[in-house]
Amino acid sequence: MISADLNIILPEIILSAFAMLGLMAAVYTTKDKMAGALVWATAALFVVLAAWIGLTGEGTQTAFNGMFNDDGFARFAKITILLSAAAVLVMSEGYMRARGILRFEYPMLVALSAVGMMMMVSAGDLMALYMGLELQSLALYVVASLRRDSVKSTEAGLKYFVLGALSSGLLLYGASLVYGYAGTTLFSGIITTAQSGETSLGLLFGLVFLISGMAFKVSAVPFHMWTPDVYEGAPTPITAFFATAPKVAAMGLFARVLHDGFGQAVGDWQQIVALLSVLSMFLGAVAAIGQTNIKRLMAFSSIAHMGYALMGLAAGTVLGVQAMLVYMAIYVTMNVGTFAFIMLMQKDGVPVTDISSLNLYARQNPGRALSMLVLLFSLAGVPPMLGFFGKLYVLRAAYEAGLVWLAVLGVIASVIGAYYYLRIVFYMYFGEEQSDTLDTGGSSLLAGFLIASALIMVVGVAGMFGVEGAAQAAAATLVN
Amino acid sequence: METTILFAPLVGALICGFGWKLIGEQAAMWVSTGLLFLAAILSWVVFLTFEGPTEQIQILRFIESGTLSTDWAIRLDRLTAIMLIVVTTVSSLVHLYSFGYMAHDDNFKENESYRPRFFAYLSFFTFAMLMLVTADNLVQMFFGWEGVGVASYLLIGFYFRKPSANAAAIKAFVVNRVGDFGFALGIFALYLMTDSIRFDDIFAAAPDLANQTMTFLWADWNAANVIAFLLFVGAMGKSAQLFLHTWLPDAMEGPTPVSALIHAATMVTAGVFLVCRMSPLMEFAPEAMMFVTVIGATTAFFAATVGLVQTDIKRVIAYSTCSQLGYMFVAAGVGMYSAAMFHLFTHAFFKAMLFLGAGSVIHAMHHEQDMMNYGGLRKKIPYTFWAMMIGTLAITGVGIPLTHIGFAGFLSKDAIIESAWGGGSMYGFWLLVIAAAMTSFYSWRLMFLTFYGKPRGDKHTHEHAHESPMTMLVPLGVLAVGAIFAGMIWFKPFFGDHKYVAAFYDIPLATQGEAGDTHADGADDSEGSGDHGDEGDHGGHHDEFGGQPGEGALYFGPENHVLHEAHAAPKWVKVSPFIAMVLGFVMAMWFYIWNPTLPGRLAQNQLPLYLFLKNKWYFDELYDAIFVQPAKAIGRFLWKRGDGNVIDGTLNGVAMGIIPFFTRMAGKLQSGYIFTYAFAMVIGIAVLITWMTMTGGAN
Repeated sequence: MISADLNIILPEIILSAFAMLGLMAAVYTTKDKMAGALVWATAALFVVLAAWIGLTGEGTQTAFNGMFNDDGFARFAKITILLSAAAVLVMSEGYMRARGILRFEYPMLVALSAVGMMMMVSAGDLMALYMGLELQSLALYVVASLRRDSVKSTEAGLKYFVLGALSSGLLLYGASLVYGYAGTTLFSGIITTAQSGETSLGLLFGLVFLISGMAFKVSAVPFHMWTPDVYEGAPTPITAFFATAPKVAAMGLFARVLHDGFGQAVGDWQQIVALLSVLSMFLGAVAAIGQTNIKRLMAFSSIAHMGYALMGLAAGTVLGVQAMLVYMAIYVTMNVGTFAFIMLMQKDGVPVTDISSLNLYARQNPGRALSMLVLLFSLAGVPPMLGFFGKLYVLRAAYEAGLVWLAVLGVIASVIGAYYYLRIVFYMYFGEEQSDTLDTGGSSLLAGFLIASALIMVVGVAGMFGVEGAAQAAAATLVN
Repeated sequence: METTILFAPLVGALICGFGWKLIGEQAAMWVSTGLLFLAAILSWVVFLTFEGPTEQIQILRFIESGTLSTDWAIRLDRLTAIMLIVVTTVSSLVHLYSFGYMAHDDNFKENESYRPRFFAYLSFFTFAMLMLVTADNLVQMFFGWEGVGVASYLLIGFYFRKPSANAAAIKAFVVNRVGDFGFALGIFALYLMTDSIRFDDIFAAAPDLANQTMTFLWADWNAANVIAFLLFVGAMGKSAQLFLHTWLPDAMEGPTPVSALIHAATMVTAGVFLVCRMSPLMEFAPEAMMFVTVIGATTAFFAATVGLVQTDIKRVIAYSTCSQLGYMFVAAGVGMYSAAMFHLFTHAFFKAMLFLGAGSVIHAMHHEQDMMNYGGLRKKIPYTFWAMMIGTLAITGVGIPLTHIGFAGFLSKDAIIESAWGGGSMYGFWLLVIAAAMTSFYSWRLMFLTFYGKPRGDKHTHEHAHESPMTMLVPLGVLAVGAIFAGMIWFKPFFGDHKYVAAFYDIPLATQGEAGDTHADGADDSEGSGDHGDEGDHGGHHDEFGGQPGEGALYFGPENHVLHEAHAAPKWVKVSPFIAMVLGFVMAMWFYIWNPTLPGRLAQNQLPLYLFLKNKWYFDELYDAIFVQPAKAIGRFLWKRGDGNVIDGTLNGVAMGIIPFFTRMAGKLQSGYIFTYAFAMVIGIAVLITWMTMTGGAN
């Protein structure tokens, strides 16, 4: 029995063992000198694991008496998480080495947080949920303040930690309420409680607290306030990491809890999720307009995007979950490219984050400007870029679930949001002449990621590389 | 063969319009002209060899949607055959004529290519017109109907640098919209009532329509009448009948060949064609037919009065066209479709010739169009003079009374006036006779002012007046032949005895017994002989048209004896148009040859009347006050207030006021202090819990 269970969580075990061994090896040998190799090794392992999960995994299995699920949904989320984490790791290596912050802890912490994320999306029990969530979060707190000598970076880490602790408290409180009213921590048990008659208000209170905790992780309004400060303070590669893999994991967890644990009370949580969605979309759109720092701008952008993903979730249908997964896959791809661009933004080797520095960038570097233009259009949801179809998906899901008002508000918010994306395009193409321009060189690896991401936004329109079908299969295993 | 006729102009238009850069200007123009001549020759072959019943030649399946199922097909019957030769003959000659007329044009810069465009438009127009006349169903016809509208718009506005040309083009388009709206409503109503847009189905259902009512606007009406009325509104727009006529005179802004082709011979007669085509329906809509007659007669009269005082040579002919179209509608309105088609047919020749002749004069006079600056041109441009003379003889209706010998207009116009009498419309009859006198007057006035008397106006221009090139004279010659002989050759099939007309249009004749008792009064029998020499079969019995609606190209109901009555009209009726014509001629002689100062004095004496006519009964001013100015006011209101203040204002307010406000607020909330952030979270959870308490679970 136990060997079967272990077999199921083999990827997680391997990754944990790798992280611990790597940490020990580095501590006792050359320390930061082998950090570069570790980054590459970790990224390679991510890719291998993703391939392994993708190629061998099939069917639905549970381990440890239902505490751990291995189903299509979990696999889809895991692959997205691992691949995006690998991409960010690869991108960050050169950048961090150049700034002297390439520490050997960095890849190991990312690996550990990846283990946590994999746990989150597979969780079948409130305990497992919390275990995964905290493993992920603790790793991220440390990573956020990786640049120990920078006030901003440490402040970011500290803020993230304090607020994260508060949200963990809320989540735990919710978990205890749920346990109190359902008598079990297993999702499969909770759902039967909800099924056998009316969902009790206590259970729903528990759910609200759980949602609050998770909303913090996806940075949904009003639990979003840490996001801009942390995004700005953390080194750019770390910000890129924050904006990608953990968001997918938290969204996966969100869907997992809502559907596995409370799938019978869709009507009860639908309004809450829809409310979070609307607030996130609008605040993300409105607040980003005032930003001049591109990292802060991307923070609000990610808040808005989480709002759209939540819209899919609010639908409470298979199509909704599918739309959310598709949306997240597209979002992650866009963000990898966008952050590659941000990492390329530097003047005399010093990173620049002010968007006014992009004035007439198109003259300087037409290729990159064009790629960024494609990405920004995609982020804004302009057809025929892939981002448009992501939005279309969630809007359709909301519409078909009867949430017409939500879809309408989503469209309005996207109009407002288009403004700040297009403003960057404006700067790049029609801005004012300025004396000191951005460096033209920079890592070809980053440029490669930027261009590849932009290409995917255009080429992916035809078939979306099969993500659509995979997401549908994944969603079908979750919602039933 | 019919398919070739239909598509040759389209191919020509495409090659000429898009390919002239490849094959060169001259080649492109010759290609389109050559294809048009091919179509014209084939059309004559079709017309002369066609005798059988209606044929349908399917080109492709057109629309399949629910119960609406229709082909794109050519409906070939006598009506189509007549229109085919009219359209392709005039069009091919106009193409040829344009080589000379459009050779140099001051409206375009040196080295600017405008000729291929002009030819392409002409060919495209011809294609659309052929689509219209060969249509087998109403939607197909509507396609052609709109196609000629577009071509007309493009060609009226061909001198796009002239504001007046653009305004005229827009006016033509907008006024036609009004008519087309009626036409479209008619099509909808027919589809609603008969569940089909195919002519065969509609014609078969026509007798039933007469017994049905349909709700239109505020009341129930007889279905046949409403539909016939709506279709006629479309015809009024295209054929420039009273109230929707204002665009036609302005359309003279286009180059003269365009006026000859579109605004005289073909497009403007589409309305007449429509009414004739729908004869099986019209026969069951007596009130609508009455309306057609009244409008037609009034237009004929009105346009003739205005034509009396115009000084622009093209405008005189334009009003003349308007007036002649009124004649055709009177014939159709009283039920003598065949006479309407006859006049349409002959009118195409002599009116196209008059326009092309006017074009030749204008060409000779360096684009001077005011007749007050002409005079004494007889010697300078003799060929043009003779062509115009033949045209004038034809339009005024010169011939030997009580015989079938005369110019084309003599036979066809007299046929209409007799039909009006025969149809019992005294209003129509008298107005048409008076209009005939005025027609004669203004036509001769044009001739006298242009070709006789002393040269007036710019001396230099007169000295350099020159005869037009061969490409312009040949079409005039060909049309002259038609203007002289078309009436005499085809009198019998169009307006002869029942059996000729019936054979021509493939209409079955009613059997003896049925026809005999339908008009047993016999009062008209005595006068049957003599007039126009149709001895016919009045001696023993009358032939009558029979058959079912949809059989044959035209349909005459069992109550329709207009042809018979017309032939039986008293002699004074038959001579009256001739007398009117002579009267008009003598008046013109008196005014412009014997006593040239008289017109000026008369205009001074009768100033209000003169101004009333000169200003075209103030229709333009009236429409400007009633429709144009209010529409502009509404437009301005919606633009300035609606669009500018409300829509732009709202958007600007939201984009520049409200959203930035929220942006600033969001910025303030983002204080950077942890306690603010934590507080926001706590507030958030309080809100969510409250929400859940109120909406979730037990609720």
